[in-house]
Amino acid sequence: MNDYKALYLHFHDNVAVALSNIPEQTTVPLQIEDQRFTVKVLDAIRFGHKFATRMIKQGEDIKKYGEVIGIATSDIHPGHHVHVHNLTSKPRREV
Amino acid sequence: MEIYEKSMKFWGYRRKDGRVGVRNHVLILPTITCAAQTAQRVTELVNGTVSFIHPHGCGQIGADFDQTYKTYVGIGAHPNVYAVIVLGLGCESHQANKIAKEIEKTGKPVEVVSIQDQGGTLQAIADTAKIAVRLVQEASTMQREECDFSELIVATECGGSDACSGLSANPAVGKTSDLLVELGGTAILAETTELIGAEHLLAQRAVNDQVSKRAYEVIEAMEKRSVLMGVDLRTGNPSPGNIEGGISSLEEKSLGAATKSGTSRLQEVINYAEQPTKKGLVWMDTPGHDIEQLTGMVAGGAQVVLFTTGRGTPTGSPIAPVIKISTNTPMFEKMNENMDLNAGTIIDGIETIDDVGKRILLEIQSVASGKVTKAEVLKQYDFGIWRIGPTF
Repeated sequence: MNDYKALYLHFHDNVAVALSNIPEQTTVPLQIEDQRFTVKVLDAIRFGHKFATRMIKQGEDIKKYGEVIGIATSDIHPGHHVHVHNLTSKPRREV
Repeated sequence: MEIYEKSMKFWGYRRKDGRVGVRNHVLILPTITCAAQTAQRVTELVNGTVSFIHPHGCGQIGADFDQTYKTYVGIGAHPNVYAVIVLGLGCESHQANKIAKEIEKTGKPVEVVSIQDQGGTLQAIADTAKIAVRLVQEASTMQREECDFSELIVATECGGSDACSGLSANPAVGKTSDLLVELGGTAILAETTELIGAEHLLAQRAVNDQVSKRAYEVIEAMEKRSVLMGVDLRTGNPSPGNIEGGISSLEEKSLGAATKSGTSRLQEVINYAEQPTKKGLVWMDTPGHDIEQLTGMVAGGAQVVLFTTGRGTPTGSPIAPVIKISTNTPMFEKMNENMDLNAGTIIDGIETIDDVGKRILLEIQSVASGKVTKAEVLKQYDFGIWRIGPTF
């Protein structure tokens, strides 16, 4: 295993956050409580940026902190960068 | 390491009104800016007294007058305060006598001194100091007793945030907040300004429609106030700098601040400086200004404050201990005299969010039982009221 670190914040999340600059094609270990798993990061991900931890279909909610931070504007495969190019704010429910 | 099971205890001061204090201050409460310097002199003379400098208390009207009044009363009535000497000038709009009468309802010793009645600064200092000597000695005979965590109200806030805030210290405080709520205690989320864009997510966590509606209302009111100043807080967010740092939407940015509230249900939304009427997670409507939100939550009865910071701030309160939590290890080391805990270990991959959340809970126990925070050691006595109207 390598020293590249990433943070997986909530069981419902489908993204993780890089805690260091991760080069492309790097397998990164993730942990939440006692569960450990790995994701092969396909794009270069800078500190603070997100990558998909599982397949996210176009139109699907993107979740961080267990909450919806936006929806996918295209299919996002595990390990790909998730940012403004494939995530947009979800239209707010009218009150 | 299961240090908390179903209940946790700390050593506190039980007050006559039923609330529990974690400090035993004698407060010199200047209800008008003109009396603040005099109050300061008394604290230099009498060990065991606290006070603060502020510019408020005169030329205020309507809702703005009421908010300042409520804050003074909340601070004086606070369970961390054993006794109060209300120090006025005499001619101001916030009358010391009226405020003293309100604080007296808690059953604590309250005295009033007026600079004009005493015949000037020097006599007012002497008279206030003499009363303070008696009250400090009286306060020192109070014994701490075992109290339950369900009697704690813990304020949460972030200031001087950085790219690590939403990844380390804030989610760790969220964990602490959830544990505290499980233990029957109360956690306050504040800084309405920082929550713009995440209101629908917080509203979803509300216990009923009324609370959910209030969540939208306080956000809308905050946005309207900024529009009155010619600025729309929602547009331009996330900023180019935020996007560069990896933040993709306003929801994500605001969630970085909102994550301090953990995942508990939102029990109520309360006004500035008001006491929560419910246990569990409570949202107090405050601005993002560090000192004004701090003052509001303390006036609302918070005995301990959790403050996360990435850039590093010295913030403290004269009334409540403020536990400062660094979001990153370099700042924790560089500004160590100001920082109490380091959550940068999450970024370093040494600890998990849960580990740090539990560590913060244990620190609350120590601090509530008497351990002094760095801000207390450094006498960082910040105070500022959220003014909601102009001065007249």
